Amino acid sequence: MDDPLKRAIAPRKNVRSVLLVALALVVLAVLPQLADMFEQPAMVSLATRIIILAIAAASLNLALGYCGLVSFGHAAWYGIGGYVVGILYNHYVSGDPLFGLPLGTDQMLITLPVAILVSGLFAAVFGALSLRTSGVQFIMITLAFAQMIFFFFVALKAYGGDDGLIVRRRNSLPLIDTRDGATFYWICLVIAITWFALLRRIVSSRFGAVLSGVRQSERRMAAIGISTYRYKLVVFVISGMGAGLAGALMANHARFVSPDMLHWTQSGEFMIMVILGGAGTLLGPAAGAAVLILLESQLAAFTEHWQVILGPLLVLMILFTRGGLSGLWKLLRGGLNG
Amino acid sequence: MVEPLLRVQRLFKRFGGVSATDDLSLDVVPGEIHALIGPNGAGKTTFIGQLMGEIRPDSGAIRFDGADIGALSTPKRVRAGIARTFQITQLLADQTALDNVALAVQAGQGHSFRFLKSAASDASLRAPAREYLDAAGLGERADVLVSQLSHGEHKQLELAVALATKPRLLLLDEPMAGLGASESRAMVAALKRMKGGVSILLVEHDMDAVFALADRISVLVYGRIIASGAPADIQADAQVRAAYLGEGES
Repeated sequence: MDDPLKRAIAPRKNVRSVLLVALALVVLAVLPQLADMFEQPAMVSLATRIIILAIAAASLNLALGYCGLVSFGHAAWYGIGGYVVGILYNHYVSGDPLFGLPLGTDQMLITLPVAILVSGLFAAVFGALSLRTSGVQFIMITLAFAQMIFFFFVALKAYGGDDGLIVRRRNSLPLIDTRDGATFYWICLVIAITWFALLRRIVSSRFGAVLSGVRQSERRMAAIGISTYRYKLVVFVISGMGAGLAGALMANHARFVSPDMLHWTQSGEFMIMVILGGAGTLLGPAAGAAVLILLESQLAAFTEHWQVILGPLLVLMILFTRGGLSGLWKLLRGGLNG
Repeated sequence: MVEPLLRVQRLFKRFGGVSATDDLSLDVVPGEIHALIGPNGAGKTTFIGQLMGEIRPDSGAIRFDGADIGALSTPKRVRAGIARTFQITQLLADQTALDNVALAVQAGQGHSFRFLKSAASDASLRAPAREYLDAAGLGERADVLVSQLSHGEHKQLELAVALATKPRLLLLDEPMAGLGASESRAMVAALKRMKGGVSILLVEHDMDAVFALADRISVLVYGRIIASGAPADIQADAQVRAAYLGEGES
């Protein structure tokens, strides 16, 4: 960086990135109007779905990409977030007490924070146990815990069991009509932007520096006097809370929760989004979520065996881009500048 | 006799049938450089691992500054004032030299549960980190990624990171290994500058460096100390010459 030429170029690259992100934000902000203009009403719902999944993928990325914790059970926190919304709504409608108290509600200002807290609490308990292991054992134990929670909800007949729970009406907010698709899209967008901004702060903080150190060499961290366990636990909890938030939003978006949200294939899908987009990059998981969902929806319209096409595409992507879409982006940008 | 900073008594460690550490007693007094030499496989790195708490000894006592540290975890020993460098370097490859040192400075400033303020622009981390890089002779390369530094620079960075934990006892595991002649001289010079300020246990094969730096030398063969004393005595010791110096590496 001592090279003055490099120093002169670096800020310009940053400016271009900032402009691109700003442009993307503008497009996202007016997306419902664009959808009207092009008479594609389904676009708003699809975009909402992508944004919600991007929140979940970015949360997983904090643990997986930045800290190197390959959690294969992230659907658990996502599903728990969803079930919090579903169960609270169910009690609100039926009036039945929950834990002996009249706790049912359909107020989003309550359901979202509760979903985040409950997911975080479960992540803390299961994280405290699974973080005693590492490597393949950690992957397996997070998968096992998530499956445990999956089967628990399958068996939980009081809340629909296999069939899941219907949330007939979206949670409401004071003064805002959440039932309008575009409005709900904007709510999700604002939440997502806030979440990504927060993640950006976290990864560049002192805490973030420790996360990155844990990923690269735990031995080194011990040798400079850092006990890594507590940091891994905290990042696991934050990451679980983010997934819980996404699950709560998804329950509102789909107006339905079921054990499918908790299934290990959902965990796998989050992982694919992270790896496809670029693990350990801020916006990679969002790009991964967008590309995966768009590919899915386009290919599904084309053939019912869309996975046969998607699979090889993903393999090629991961083999040749070194770092997913973020890697591809860097390659392209490097090529243009070089 | 000065009260030793590190006192190891009757340490034993076996791996299966192999005795890696066999009745090893040794001490390091404040301010000295105590060199530990011996052929490959003598158990030098295993010994450092036990001092750091990375490997548990089968029996024996390790006292640091008068306190038994045998039960402490590695991070706790580091916070008590022991630091090591790695023979096979353990650095954060995706980051710059300065980032590596700054993280060690950060570790010394208490917990890192600070989530919002940028660490990369924190002068209370970066400024001391630059000083440690300078002390290790790497000041000019602060902003270079570790993956782009040379082997010799990795060794210097290992030293800077260890210094950043503000140790009272520094365990150096072959800091000269793989260095060229001029890099070796730079490393010797850096260690000479530190001498007196921090006590050092120096594990090294490079005899020129050992004789240039050490106040005392102990010779480890098959996990056992066969001789210990002033450099001149060690050089003259017939047993040592037979076991090590005579057949030694070039």
